[in-house]
Amino acid sequence: MRETIRLWRRGERVEIGGFHPRTTLLDHLRLQERATGTKEGCAEGDCGACTVALGRVKDGRLAYEPVNACILLLGQADGAEIVTVEDLAQGGALHPVQAAMVAHHGSQCGFCTPGIVMSLFTLYQEGARPVSRAAVNDALAGNLCRCTGYRPIVDAALEACAEAPADRFQGERAATAERLLTASDDADVLVGDASRFFAAPASEDSLARLYGEHPDATLVAGATDVGLWVTKGMAALDKVIWLGRVAGLDRIDDGAEALSLGATATHAAAHRSLAGIDPDLGELMRRFGSAQVRASGTVGGNIANGSPIGDLAPALIALGAELELRGPDGLRTIPLESFFIAYRRQDRREGEFVRRLIVPKLRAGEAFRCAKVSKRFDEDISSAMGAFKVTLDGRRIAAVRIAYGGMAGIPKRAPETEAALAGASLDEPASWDAALSAMTRDYQPLSDHRSSAAYRMTVARNILLKALMELASGDTAATRIVGHRSTLQAAE
Amino acid sequence: MNAPVKPVDAESLRHVRQALPHDSAAKHVQGAAQYIDDLREPDGTLHVAIGGSPKARGRLVSLDVSAVRAVPGVIAVLKAADIPGKNDVSPAFGDDPMFVEDAIGFHGQAVFAVVATERDIARRAVKLATMEIAAERPSVTVEDALERDETVLPDYAFGRGDPLTAIAAAPHRLEGHFRIGGQEHFYLEGQIALAIPGEDGDIYVHSSTQHPSEVQHVVARVLGIPDAYVTCEIRRMGGGFGGKESQATQWAAIAALAAKVTGRPCKLRLDRDDDFILTGKRHDFRCDWQVGFDADGRILGYAVEHLARCGYSADLSSGVVDRTMFHSDNAYWMPEVRVGSRRLKTNTVSNTAFRGFGGPQGMLAIEHVMDRIAWATGRDPLDVRYANLYRPGENLTPFGMEVEETDTLHALIRALEESSDYRKRRGEIAAFNAASPIMKRGLALTPVKFGISFTLTHLNQAGALVHVYQDGSVHLNHGGTEMGQGLYIKVAQVVAEEFGIAMERVRITATTTAKVPNTAPTAASSGTDLNGMAARIAAGAIRRRMAALAAELYGVAADEVVFRDDRVFAGNESLSFTELAKKCVLARVQLSEAGFYRTPKITWDRAKATGRPFLYFAYGAACSEVIVDTLTGEYRVTRVDILHDVGKSLNPAIDIGQIEGGFVQGMGWLTTEELVFDAEGRLRTHAPSTYKIPVASDVPADFRVALFPNTNREETIYRSKAVGEPPIMLANSVFCALADAVHALDPSQPVPLDAPATPEAVLRACEALRGRPLPA
Repeated sequence: MRETIRLWRRGERVEIGGFHPRTTLLDHLRLQERATGTKEGCAEGDCGACTVALGRVKDGRLAYEPVNACILLLGQADGAEIVTVEDLAQGGALHPVQAAMVAHHGSQCGFCTPGIVMSLFTLYQEGARPVSRAAVNDALAGNLCRCTGYRPIVDAALEACAEAPADRFQGERAATAERLLTASDDADVLVGDASRFFAAPASEDSLARLYGEHPDATLVAGATDVGLWVTKGMAALDKVIWLGRVAGLDRIDDGAEALSLGATATHAAAHRSLAGIDPDLGELMRRFGSAQVRASGTVGGNIANGSPIGDLAPALIALGAELELRGPDGLRTIPLESFFIAYRRQDRREGEFVRRLIVPKLRAGEAFRCAKVSKRFDEDISSAMGAFKVTLDGRRIAAVRIAYGGMAGIPKRAPETEAALAGASLDEPASWDAALSAMTRDYQPLSDHRSSAAYRMTVARNILLKALMELASGDTAATRIVGHRSTLQAAE
Repeated sequence: MNAPVKPVDAESLRHVRQALPHDSAAKHVQGAAQYIDDLREPDGTLHVAIGGSPKARGRLVSLDVSAVRAVPGVIAVLKAADIPGKNDVSPAFGDDPMFVEDAIGFHGQAVFAVVATERDIARRAVKLATMEIAAERPSVTVEDALERDETVLPDYAFGRGDPLTAIAAAPHRLEGHFRIGGQEHFYLEGQIALAIPGEDGDIYVHSSTQHPSEVQHVVARVLGIPDAYVTCEIRRMGGGFGGKESQATQWAAIAALAAKVTGRPCKLRLDRDDDFILTGKRHDFRCDWQVGFDADGRILGYAVEHLARCGYSADLSSGVVDRTMFHSDNAYWMPEVRVGSRRLKTNTVSNTAFRGFGGPQGMLAIEHVMDRIAWATGRDPLDVRYANLYRPGENLTPFGMEVEETDTLHALIRALEESSDYRKRRGEIAAFNAASPIMKRGLALTPVKFGISFTLTHLNQAGALVHVYQDGSVHLNHGGTEMGQGLYIKVAQVVAEEFGIAMERVRITATTTAKVPNTAPTAASSGTDLNGMAARIAAGAIRRRMAALAAELYGVAADEVVFRDDRVFAGNESLSFTELAKKCVLARVQLSEAGFYRTPKITWDRAKATGRPFLYFAYGAACSEVIVDTLTGEYRVTRVDILHDVGKSLNPAIDIGQIEGGFVQGMGWLTTEELVFDAEGRLRTHAPSTYKIPVASDVPADFRVALFPNTNREETIYRSKAVGEPPIMLANSVFCALADAVHALDPSQPVPLDAPATPEAVLRACEALRGRPLPA
């Protein structure tokens, strides 16, 4: 048992203990370290002003990922190298990303700039070359700038990331990886005492034992939602069990028949495998939160959280995914849709945690489409999100699985619509009408600040209509503004 | 009073007109630029959090904070009764209490504040207070306010002729209600102040404010001490956009009260959600309009009533809604016209300054009317705009000011029409739309004419303080504040130019009321016009004294002394700037000067609605193309061409940055940024998770921005034109392009699209044109 967290900072190993479990990494940096270069813009992981890079060894390779320090709990940095905006320039020489930002007039008020520099730093380290404008936009989707209109920032990124990375961090890559590996251990971590702790069990057995002893503890995976309970909800969060150290819980098995996603696999890690199932799923993941959110947020967290507007659940329900849970009584596997019982209520028993998702791959004769409609394309929460798996018998629809988010208190299937669509023909649009009108029997969406019920119902129908048109025509140019499948497939 | 401004040969300029980077750019990218929350806190600094009203309208019956006080770490709880001076943080009208005493004006309004050893303790303790409130049904919408007939300020109107008769007699008539949404500033750095108590009751306030003089004055008013006991300093803001013109004051005043009560430094930094809820926004409007026009679409009469939702208090609504009225013409001649306004009171946060200061709303309304005329006549919307543009002889605004630069207006728009390939693309888009049932493209080219000067005439003044030290380094200070717009670097360029010295010699210093008093806010796009001139006057006075000494030393006439390349040339002699500075000190020549500038020519008699409220107009035009998914209402802006008039630019890089940034901010206002208040008056979109400003991918890859070659005919600083606000309104082209795309669904119908054109609003417009309008 280790009673401190251990991280690397500016080449030094740092052990930190005695912190409150709800302490955020940002507060630690700004209030304890007094490293004030990293800013708080929103304290909810949306503006990116607090972006820092975490370096970890993954699959034997050091990788830098951007995270929102404002909603990342300090303990989650265990095992990582933390790189902040102050660390980039050396001996008065700006980092290539910083120099390009200055040369292109990429800062005005400068408050978002540290976060933007850090997002671009991770793109510089990890991004494919030559870097594309689309990749830059994706890297910046979680960084709001209110002054520049982004054009000079994007230009700076395109210039700085034109060539292969060749900065100090690249030079030290092997040494840094070595340091991180040397310092890593298999110990369970518990900072605090039985009444208040930040715990990071290292194995599933430790996790099961600890959660059994403290069923009132909060399980934290990426904290992209739990972080807000602290910063906005002022939750006490006295007992935290972080899942990020549990060995094997993030495992991804990309099999021929099915994809198994460990609960703590991040969205970033799962992206490629999901895109392999269908390019639409890849596009959904591209638009999922932001690079920072995808680097922290996990597949299991998005499910276990039970949000009616999480984008992953409808897509995976449509695909027929199953959920594996582990509890005091052992393992249990259920269809994913049955996990969601009612608004913010899930079929998760005391002491039970999400272990993995099993997502069947598409078989011959099956086609998949999903579409997300939100006020803003990138880094936004869906007004409505629909996913459709269609089993075709020639030009006839033999069966269909349909699920939506944003249309009910839970991610929910559409049995009436599914039934009405079975037997319809791709060549006879009139045969789709019954299904389109059946949807009002499946869903009675709410009006809220994102959109009205009428809008939700109309676009829910229309994205199904467009999916059918696409299946019928084999083309997406006439039906899509973004995410044309030809482009997506080319990008894979 | 004004410095003589000689025509300047651009080639002879060393710093002015150069695309220098922002003075803090290298610090920004290293996280080394300090904002107030980054300043090392003095020992024992306390932290303040606000407790707000859970109801939007009613009376505060009782407030119990005993549980709050009992929390370990809580040092004090502040309420209205603790205010030694006046419970008023308003900029002018005395209707903004710092803490609610009795009447509640809006949901979240500050009722008390908690002072604690840690910010987290203060924020958590706030939640333990209990309030008893006699609640009333709030007024939330324009219609609510009209029904109750409640306003924050009197109605106001001006115009010319008899527009209603002209409209009635016109061959074609249209009328409508057009709604325009508000906008949250979303400066990345939220509101913050740090107040440090000194001796004899002095207070030193670091405030993220565009208006340090007002912070100073209001802090003094609240504490009941003279202004001279209060100093307000601000080195830089993390964005302002008007949101820190009047809205920074309350937090500074509360921090100052906390410092006075506890005797310790106190910091108040609003959480982002609280910032959304507690600070004012761009005014939203219902514009009721009528227009009469001929077959070519030429306006014969226009009448508009601007129903502005001002929120619970007047704040800056007088000037804001006046500016809406001043821009109701945009660039168009209206022979007979009436511009009316009502400043409606609602139980929502008091709306305030926001880049454009009301102007954008007036202009968007007339651009909407232009489109309506185009759809009614079947003419290309650009041709309708041309038909109505101000021209010689038809160049009087509805408030009687002459538009002198009609040639600029026409030349600029023609040039953009050419460079954007408007006509050719119009044809291509029509062909595309004919073959595309779901995806529709749209195109629009709209002009901008924006009046420069504070319409409250006395604000058009500025001061600067310049010192030259004996080592030849220069201390530069002025009343303008830096919020990212590049004011500091522009003024430094002017001063370095004046002395003929390298930029490195000019030390830019934080704005403080102790150095330059009684300043205007940095607002109305006027920062550089005013402070650049004041600094030049100050530097010029010092330079003339230095020149006089050099002339005396070397026996030449003073006007033959030249300051160039860090040296001073007098006849055949020369010496370094540093050497001359040292000689001045030895010769007892004053090397410090306070410069003062006031804008010439402007007059405005509001009661009579006559005069010249603006020194000049800034012009621009934008052509935007969009594609709309008519089954979801989603859209993309695919290309934008902008041509904008900044006169002779002081710094083209900074100016381009203002144009691009302003355009994108305006685009956000008109597209994805939606403020949703519920029936209880609660703001539901109070964080970036729900309030969506543009991100990088919303900006088209094809974004062509150019400066229109022009000069300022008025004697402004190096003949430049103000650039802060006008680019916001270039985004009107995006709104009009979206309407144009929807119009392609059925060209026989007008497009019922209000702002913001969220995907839902666009889909609603599409469905209306399809004859199956969505229920509310």
